[in-house]
Amino acid sequence: MKVLGIILAGGRGEYLSSLTQVRTSAALPVYGKYRSIDFTLSNMVNAGISKVGIITQYSPRSLMDHIGSGKEWDLDRKQGGLFILQPYYSPYNPSMGYKGTADALFQNINILRRGNEDSVLIGSGDHIFKTDLTKIFRYHLDTAADITVLTGEKEGECGTEGMDRVVCRNGRIVEWIEKEKIAENPQEGDCVALGIYFINKFLLRELLYSAVPNGENELVKGIISPNLSSLNVREYRYNGYWRDIKLSKRCYFRTNLDILDPEIRRELFYENGRVFTKLKDLPPPKITGTAYMNNSVIADGCVIGGRIEDSVLFRDTRVMAGATVKNSVLLEGCLVEEGAYIENVIMDKYCTVRLGRSFVGETEDPTVIEKHGVI
Amino acid sequence: MAKKVVALILAGGQGTRLGLLTDEVAKPAVPFGGKYRIIDFSLSNCVNSGISAVGVLTQYRPHILSRHIGIGRPWDLDRKDGGVVILPPFIAQGDSNWYKGTANAVFQNIDFVDAFNPELLVILSGDHIYSMDYNEMIDYHLSKGATGTVACMRVPLSEAQRFGMMITDFENKITDFQEKPKEPKSDLASLGIYVFDWKFLRERLIQDEKDPESNNDFGKNILPKIVEDNAGKLFAFVFEGYWRDVGTIESLWEANIELTRPIPPFNLHDPSWRFYTQTEEYLPAYVGTSSHVRNSLINEGAEIYGRVENSVIFQGVQIGEGSVVKDSVVMTNSKIGRNVVIERGIVGEETFVKDGVVLGYGDEVPHETQPHIYSAGIVVVGSDVVIPQNTKIGRNSAILNHVREEDFEGDVEGGKTISPKA
Repeated sequence: MKVLGIILAGGRGEYLSSLTQVRTSAALPVYGKYRSIDFTLSNMVNAGISKVGIITQYSPRSLMDHIGSGKEWDLDRKQGGLFILQPYYSPYNPSMGYKGTADALFQNINILRRGNEDSVLIGSGDHIFKTDLTKIFRYHLDTAADITVLTGEKEGECGTEGMDRVVCRNGRIVEWIEKEKIAENPQEGDCVALGIYFINKFLLRELLYSAVPNGENELVKGIISPNLSSLNVREYRYNGYWRDIKLSKRCYFRTNLDILDPEIRRELFYENGRVFTKLKDLPPPKITGTAYMNNSVIADGCVIGGRIEDSVLFRDTRVMAGATVKNSVLLEGCLVEEGAYIENVIMDKYCTVRLGRSFVGETEDPTVIEKHGVI
Repeated sequence: MAKKVVALILAGGQGTRLGLLTDEVAKPAVPFGGKYRIIDFSLSNCVNSGISAVGVLTQYRPHILSRHIGIGRPWDLDRKDGGVVILPPFIAQGDSNWYKGTANAVFQNIDFVDAFNPELLVILSGDHIYSMDYNEMIDYHLSKGATGTVACMRVPLSEAQRFGMMITDFENKITDFQEKPKEPKSDLASLGIYVFDWKFLRERLIQDEKDPESNNDFGKNILPKIVEDNAGKLFAFVFEGYWRDVGTIESLWEANIELTRPIPPFNLHDPSWRFYTQTEEYLPAYVGTSSHVRNSLINEGAEIYGRVENSVIFQGVQIGEGSVVKDSVVMTNSKIGRNVVIERGIVGEETFVKDGVVLGYGDEVPHETQPHIYSAGIVVVGSDVVIPQNTKIGRNSAILNHVREEDFEGDVEGGKTISPKA
C-alpha cells in the first residue's frame, strides 16, 4: 500500500483528570499491557504501511519510551519506518509548538514532499479499533474520493459528546459540525466522524499551503469543512468496535473493561492481525492458592493472592491474600495489600492500597487514584 | 567485568530421556515455565552476568532452537561487537564433521573463540534451569589462581550415580573424579558449568583431539587428564542456588510444577535477574466467570473457563467450561475442550484435546516399551495432536506428535504409546 501514515498524538485529553496529567492521551494504558496508540499503529502496520509519522506535542515522554525505535511494529527500517514529528524552534517559527492539526502537518510538510506515497492516512493515537485498513483504502480508490472519512452512527458506551457530527448525502459528506452531539432523534444521514481519513497526498499539500499561512490551523475546521462543496469528501461507514478513550473518565474506564467481553476480545485481538506493543519480558502471571478470580484479565508479572472480580489488572500488579478488587482497572505496578478492598476505581501506575484500607468509587463515575498514590 | 570473557553454550543434546518431547526439537528448545524454552536460562544468565559474546553450539534438530534465538534480540545480543552466534557443525578442509563430544565441539570452534582473543572461556550447557551470576564463579576462578573451575553442587550421596563427582582437597582443589559412581567418595556433583583460561584450555583441546582413544568429552577426558598430567589447577566452585537438569519427563514436570508453589524454590519474578525469551504477542490472560484457578501460572493469551490447580498454562491456551486441569503442564496454543480431565499431564504445543477426554486415569502401570522414559504416572501428549471426544488415556502413556483422531481406537490403557499411522 503506497500510503503514508500520520498519527496525531499530541493531544492532552483534558477530560481524564490526573490520568492525562502525566502523559498524552495516545500513551494511555489500555487492556492490561497496551497503550492506546498501539491500535492505530498496529492497524497501519498490518495493512502494509511501512512509513509512519507520529505528531507529538503534549507530555510525550511515556509515548516516546513506549514506541522507541519502533522495532515492535517492525518500523525500525532503513527505508521508511518511524518518524517522530515533534514541535521545534526555527527561524520561521519562533513560538514553538503546533497551533493545531493543520499547522502540525504544515510544519512537517517535508514528510509530505518526500517519498513515493500517493495517499496519506491520518489517524489519531487515542482511538481504539481494529480493522483491515486495506479495505477502506480500496473503497477510497474505487470511489475516486478526494478524502474518505470513517464515520459511525452507533451510540457507544461513551456517547457522542465531544465528537464531530457530519451530515451525509448518498455517501458524500455535505456538512461537518465540530464537537456537536447528535440529537436524540438523528436525521437521516446524521453520523459522527471518527477522525480517520484517507486523503490524496498532493491534495493535502495544496490545501495546507493555501490555508495554514492564512491562519487556518485546524485540519477539519480550516481545511476540510470549508471545502466540502468543492471536494469529493466521502464517508466510509464503520460498524465495528470503536472508542475514543479521551472523551471522559467513564469512557476510559468502560473501554478498559470491554476486554472482558469475548466478542470484543475477538474483534480486537484475533481478527485482522495482531496488536503489537512494547514487550517487557515479565514472568508469567501467577495465581496462588488463596486467590479467587472471576471474569478478569491479568497481564504478565502479576501475582494474585486475593479476590479479583470483573477487573483488568495491568503488568506487575500484586494483590495480596485477603484483598478484594472489584470492577476496577489497576495500571502497571499497583499493589493492593492484605485485607484491602477496592471497587469502581482506576488506579494509575504504581499506586498502593495499604493493609486493610478500603476505597469505593461510584459505578458511573469511577475514582482515579493518581500515579504513585497511596491509600 | 575486568577480563574479556566469551561463553559457549552446548545446545546440541538430544535429551533422549525426554521421549517424544525431543522427537522434533533439541532439549534446549523444549518449552518450560509458561513462556520460556530451556536455553533461555543459560542465555539470560550470560546477559545478566555481562557476558555479551556467546556462541551456541547446535547439532540435534536445530531449527526451532535457531529460530528461537535468531539474532538474539530478546537478550539484547544483537550487537555489533560480539552478540550471539549459532555454531552448527561444519565441514572444512581436513576432517571436520559432526561434534563427537563436548570437548570436540569446542575444539571445532577454536577459531570462533580465538577471534575474540578472550582471557577466559565460560562453557555452559543449554539444558539446565538455574540462575547464576557467572561473575561470582569468575571471581572465584581468578582469586584461586585457577586454570580451570568447575561449578558443583552438593547432592545426597544416593543421587551421586546420576552425576560426575568431584573429589577435592581442603581448599576445593580438584584431586580426582568419579563418573556416575556407585560408591561416591564425595558429594560434589559437577553442573556442567566450566570457566577456563582460554590459552590453557586451547592447548588441552588440541592435545585431546590427537588422542584416538579419547571420547572428546569434558567430564570423561579433558578434566581427568588435566589432573592426571598435573597440568593446571582445577578448582571446584560450590554453587548453592537452585539448579535442575530437566533431563527426564518426571524432572521436567516437577520443575514446572515447582514454579506454582506459593514460595517457589526458583523465582522467575526476581526483578534484578530477569529471564528473557522470544515470544509472540498475546493479549493478557482472561480468567472467566465459571473458572476456578489456584496455585498456577496462567500466561498471556490464555482463556480459562475451567478449573486449574497446581499447573503451568502456557501462552494462548484455552481451557473450556467444566474441565479440570490438575498438576499439569499445558503448552502454547493448545486447546482443551469442555469437561476434560487432565491429571499429571504434559500436553504439547498446538494440540486439541476435545470435549470429555480424560488424561491420566486408572492405575499406574509401567510403560510397555520405555518404562524409564514414561514414568511417574505422567501422561505425555505431543504437539499438533488431536484427541477425539470422550477418549480415556491411562497413566504413563505417550501420545506422539501429530497423532490424529483416526489414529485412536477407543480408550488408551496405561503405559501405551499411540503413534501417527500415516
